[in-house]
Amino acid sequence: MTAAPLIARQGPLDTVVPWARRNAWTLGLVGFLAALLVYTKLIQASYDASSLQGLAIGVLPLALAAVAQAVVVLSGGIDLSIGSMMALTSVVCATMMKGQSEQFGIGVVVIVLVLGMILGLINGALVVFTKVPDIVVTLAMSFVWAGCALLVRAAPGGGASDWLKNLVLGSVVSDWVPKSAIVLVVVVAVVWIPISRSMLGLSIYAIGSNRLAAFRCGVPVGQTKISAYALTGLFSALAGLSLTASTGIGTPVPGPYTLMSVAAVVLGGVSLAGGRGGLFGPVVAVVVLQMIRTDMTFLSIDSNYAYVAQGLILVGVVMIGSFAQMRRSRA
Amino acid sequence: MSAAVLSNRWLNLSAWRNLFRDRPLVPLMGLLLVLVVVIQLADPGIVTLPWAGVIMRASVPLAILGGCQTLTMLTGGIDLSVASIASMAGFVTATFVHSPGGWVQGMAIALVAAALAGFVTGIGVGVFRVHPLIMTLAMSFVVLGFANVWQLQTVQTGAGVPAELRWLGSNTLFDIIPYSLLVFIPLTLMILLGLRRTGFGRLLFAIGDNPIAARLSGVRSWQVLIALYVLSAVLAAVAGLVISGFTNTASVSLADPYLLSSVAAAVIGGTSIMGGRGGFSGTIVGALILTVLTALLTVLGLPEPTRQIVFGSIIVVVAAAYTRVTSES
Repeated sequence: MTAAPLIARQGPLDTVVPWARRNAWTLGLVGFLAALLVYTKLIQASYDASSLQGLAIGVLPLALAAVAQAVVVLSGGIDLSIGSMMALTSVVCATMMKGQSEQFGIGVVVIVLVLGMILGLINGALVVFTKVPDIVVTLAMSFVWAGCALLVRAAPGGGASDWLKNLVLGSVVSDWVPKSAIVLVVVVAVVWIPISRSMLGLSIYAIGSNRLAAFRCGVPVGQTKISAYALTGLFSALAGLSLTASTGIGTPVPGPYTLMSVAAVVLGGVSLAGGRGGLFGPVVAVVVLQMIRTDMTFLSIDSNYAYVAQGLILVGVVMIGSFAQMRRSRA
Repeated sequence: MSAAVLSNRWLNLSAWRNLFRDRPLVPLMGLLLVLVVVIQLADPGIVTLPWAGVIMRASVPLAILGGCQTLTMLTGGIDLSVASIASMAGFVTATFVHSPGGWVQGMAIALVAAALAGFVTGIGVGVFRVHPLIMTLAMSFVVLGFANVWQLQTVQTGAGVPAELRWLGSNTLFDIIPYSLLVFIPLTLMILLGLRRTGFGRLLFAIGDNPIAARLSGVRSWQVLIALYVLSAVLAAVAGLVISGFTNTASVSLADPYLLSSVAAAVIGGTSIMGGRGGFSGTIVGALILTVLTALLTVLGLPEPTRQIVFGSIIVVVAAAYTRVTSES
């Protein structure tokens, strides 16, 4: 009798609150980012739309790398070859595009994306078929892909089609909406939303949260794992393309993206044990890390302390996270 | 008759497999020997005693850093902060060369700083249960940042690798025996005996093999892990001193190329990254294999990119072989 009015009172709040609770971590990150932006404007009055565009271009490669890492971490693995795959795809793109027509550039982008998927497929197949731990296989493959990148190009160089460079430069609609941010959102949404709504997306989460249970429910574990690695390869290729687009050349030496992507994934609320988190959190985490760096420059704090801050934030956040989990499991 | 021969051969195969599983050192030494023979065939006359000295000298820092990975991997962890701690130690020592205290004071400060970093890492991993990968990664950022700050502060005083460290890292006795063995042999004995004969060593294996069983049998894992990460950081700092003497340079990114190779040396040496299986003797042979392999690829005239590709492939193949052999028991 008393339950009936409760059900009847289901308003918008009742759907919003559970949603907010589920995404508390990401919402907290977004709130923190907003506070950081306001703070930046306060300490540096000249921070304007063009600075925002610079920020968006600067974070694009790492944001895509973090997305790549997040996919494979969700499936319960880890990929330490992301930086090398980015270097390889970036030099292949820059080498093929140099001196070619704009239309040819479109073909190159397609080729590079397919190449990225193949690299990821090889990583995944090796992990599944040799049964060697992910971390060892991808560590070894990071040597292989970096070597391939050096074979393609011994020194930084090459070129990029103008449309590719323009794709990340400037803004759309308003000065305050950087084009590269739109590119990031569109690219990730186009690839991930259909997948996350499909069987494959569910399977990725399933094998990440409990491999054995997923297997017993009939999830093709090996196949799903290989697909997750292929997706990681695809996003790494996108990150490599964004490197070429923002610099106009290809550099065969891997940047610090592999380890930074692991850090961003953890800060973004994805559990390293797999199966928990999303792709939005890591992207926000990358922007937050970059903003902290910018703010420290504005406050004229020695930029090297930014490294220290990054490490301390990483540790602090993870400690709070595991502490909360310990309390939850005790309760 | 033929059936008997067949069964005999099968017996031999499984005997081989058992040998591979129980004494991984034997096939590893075989691989090392094959590499040495191949390099001798590729460039007749290259394998001499001085050459062996060169190989040993180059392997020592890699083997020590591989030791850090071995110890942490035995508990199911990994230490990604070894490279930045090693660079920091070499660099800090070098900046004290013109100071009144001399480089010895710098070395003491570097070792204490390394131990402190390891202590914090240990607290994170042992008490707060942060994943070792994340904790050591974060610690590497922190150490690198502080090393950079220190670099800016000492930019006027100048830095130089002390002559004693250059002697330790680069010189050899009779052109054969590198003096770095003076550091390496005691460390090796300490680690080998420590793993085999002491309670601490057994606790490392216990925690890696089955953390829950270890906890239920009364192991205070957090104390073991703190001691482990302090030990690993101090070992990394010692390796950093040897590296700075070996290369006669001091910079905050000196040891970076050693990071992934040190993990590779431990994996090739038969230490499982899942914990509970492996040992330091395998890692030493693993470091030697990696160094000889580098020399071989240089002799064959293969460029750096090909070297990296071969490096990576060998790690995958050896790790896959281990997994096959150990999972079929």
